[in-house]
Amino acid sequence: MSTIHSRPDEFIATEHKPGVWERSRRARTAILYLLPSIILFSVFVFYPMFRTIYLSFFLTDQAGDAAVFVGLDNYKYLLDSPAFLNSAKATLLFVLYTVPAGILLSLFLALLANEKLRGIGFFRTIYSSTMGVSVAASSVVWLFMFHPSIGMFNRFLALFDFPQIQWLLDPQWALVSVAISTIWMNTGFSFLILLGGLQNIDEHLYESARIDGAGYFYRLRRITLPMLSPTLFFIITISLINAFQTFGQIDILTKGGPAQSTNLIVYSIYREAFVNYQFGTASAQAVFLFLCILVATILQFRFGERRVHYQ
Amino acid sequence: MKKVELIGISKSYDRQKDVISNIDVRIEPGEFFVLVGPSGCGKSTMLRMIAGLEEITGGTLKIGEQTANRLPPSRRDLSMVFQNYALYPHLSVEDNITFGLDVKKVPKAERKKRAQDTAEMLGLTDYMKRKPRELSGGQRQRVALARAIVSEAPICLMDEPLSNLDAKLRGHMRSEIRRIQRQLGITMIYVTHDQVEAMTMGDRIMILHEGKIQQIGSPIEIYNHPANPFVATFIGSPPMNLAQAEADPGTSSVILPGGEPIRLPEGAFEGIGKGPVTVGIRPEFLMPAQGTSEHPVFRAEVTNVEVLGHETVFSFLAGTEEWTAKWNGQWQIQPGDRIPIALDEESICLFDAKSGTLMKKPAARQLSVPAEGAAT
Repeated sequence: MSTIHSRPDEFIATEHKPGVWERSRRARTAILYLLPSIILFSVFVFYPMFRTIYLSFFLTDQAGDAAVFVGLDNYKYLLDSPAFLNSAKATLLFVLYTVPAGILLSLFLALLANEKLRGIGFFRTIYSSTMGVSVAASSVVWLFMFHPSIGMFNRFLALFDFPQIQWLLDPQWALVSVAISTIWMNTGFSFLILLGGLQNIDEHLYESARIDGAGYFYRLRRITLPMLSPTLFFIITISLINAFQTFGQIDILTKGGPAQSTNLIVYSIYREAFVNYQFGTASAQAVFLFLCILVATILQFRFGERRVHYQ
Repeated sequence: MKKVELIGISKSYDRQKDVISNIDVRIEPGEFFVLVGPSGCGKSTMLRMIAGLEEITGGTLKIGEQTANRLPPSRRDLSMVFQNYALYPHLSVEDNITFGLDVKKVPKAERKKRAQDTAEMLGLTDYMKRKPRELSGGQRQRVALARAIVSEAPICLMDEPLSNLDAKLRGHMRSEIRRIQRQLGITMIYVTHDQVEAMTMGDRIMILHEGKIQQIGSPIEIYNHPANPFVATFIGSPPMNLAQAEADPGTSSVILPGGEPIRLPEGAFEGIGKGPVTVGIRPEFLMPAQGTSEHPVFRAEVTNVEVLGHETVFSFLAGTEEWTAKWNGQWQIQPGDRIPIALDEESICLFDAKSGTLMKKPAARQLSVPAEGAAT
């Protein structure tokens, strides 16, 4: 009996036990591969993010360093501040103006450009070309088109004897004007993504449906849209986030005016931090925006993804 | 049930070279018609022209009594099964089957009943709520079939429907499709590149090569009397053995490139002059030379042997060509052996060396068993 008992002990004793260094070999290799992106993300994403959250609990001095801890006072101040509430409202309106209209327009163009016609490549290039124009450059072009006296739009209205519109100077029109130019700027990207999605749909599905006698709109409703749903879901998410973060066109076209009507949150953060040097409240706004986008995206995933048919 | 008639049908892209030229054929109502040919021969294009998915650039297509050149696909009274099945991935099996009925606004109760009946016929009743991605290849194939059947169209087109299945399932589906076609009596136009499918399923076969008809006929007719060397090598496995030879009607023999003469029976050279010909013989007519004295025997070096259990297929050098022979049973032959091979001279075909047309048909080989009790 004793020999039988002693055997397992011998085995354990002779078995080679790898050290921590050896056992973590795979993990270390993995980290090594991830290192470049970890460094980049840390410097440009994680550190600023945590710094922002930290600063949102402080009053800051001119250099932007934390001076007095105030807890949630910055947030309380924001929620009482009519200027911030106005910003939030303007941002929400801006999202509502740009996202649905922009996606419908891109979808329409993508459906047109997906037809097999001679020279369709030309239209595909044109429709996606706004992707290649920077926000700054296109904003300047739109600035001229919106110009009250020499702008294209007012000239056009004058042709038909309509009253002139102060596109960027009238508080009622300014947000709409910026929204129009933003839709134009975003169309190229959305168009390209949606066209790619459309081209991925198996041509045989349409042929089979044609043999069954399905008309264009029936095919659109029962084949194209369901098959495109993953792409639509992606582009809606991206557009929503982009719309919440709009900055460049505001800075060039209106600078948040007139009468704060286009003072979207990101622009308001910029003003608060780098014009008024109020880094504390600016950080609180940034955190607030972050939470808004987070909630919007989570809601979208919860309710939107149910209707998405992944292959 | 409707007939389909193609009169001088041709197709070209951008008015360049014809990819299909001058197709004349009449597909009878209720017929199982197989279009077969190597890839790129235009058989799928032809099917798509009949379906209306591809424009016809020349000739007339008649479906039933009606000229159909300009009819949209939905008004041609046909259904189609695609090679990749073209199932709607976002719809359940049931919705896939009833898609066409929904388009045609068939009442819901009837739709459901017809889907149920079809599903029963194909053994799909347990899968009605599943999505195509949750099905196996064979089940997807059945759904595609069900979708074609449920429409009750008198004509059904199939574009290589079995090419994505494994060999065993393919054999099974072959007989199943044939059974359904007989049961429903529909006119079937079936495209395949597989000559076994063509031989086993078709009432009639059309062999296409480079957009031209090579031969139309019943499978046996085509096997026995191939119209040209292309058909001879395309139909039958292993293919017919061919060799360039010299015809000598004076001695009633052909001389193989190796210099070996083969005497052919009397009357074989009717209408054939002296000169080059293509000799063809099927592998099963190169027989073991044991105990047979009535056939000419020659010796040849074996280059490759495949023992398949019930038969042995081996290749050997006949002059400069490599030929194959098929013998029943398991033969102990080694590559490199020189063995005697008997040649059934009555089964030799001769083709014109230039045009390739069949000049001498092989002797008829059809066997029959008198039915028991029949008074013959």
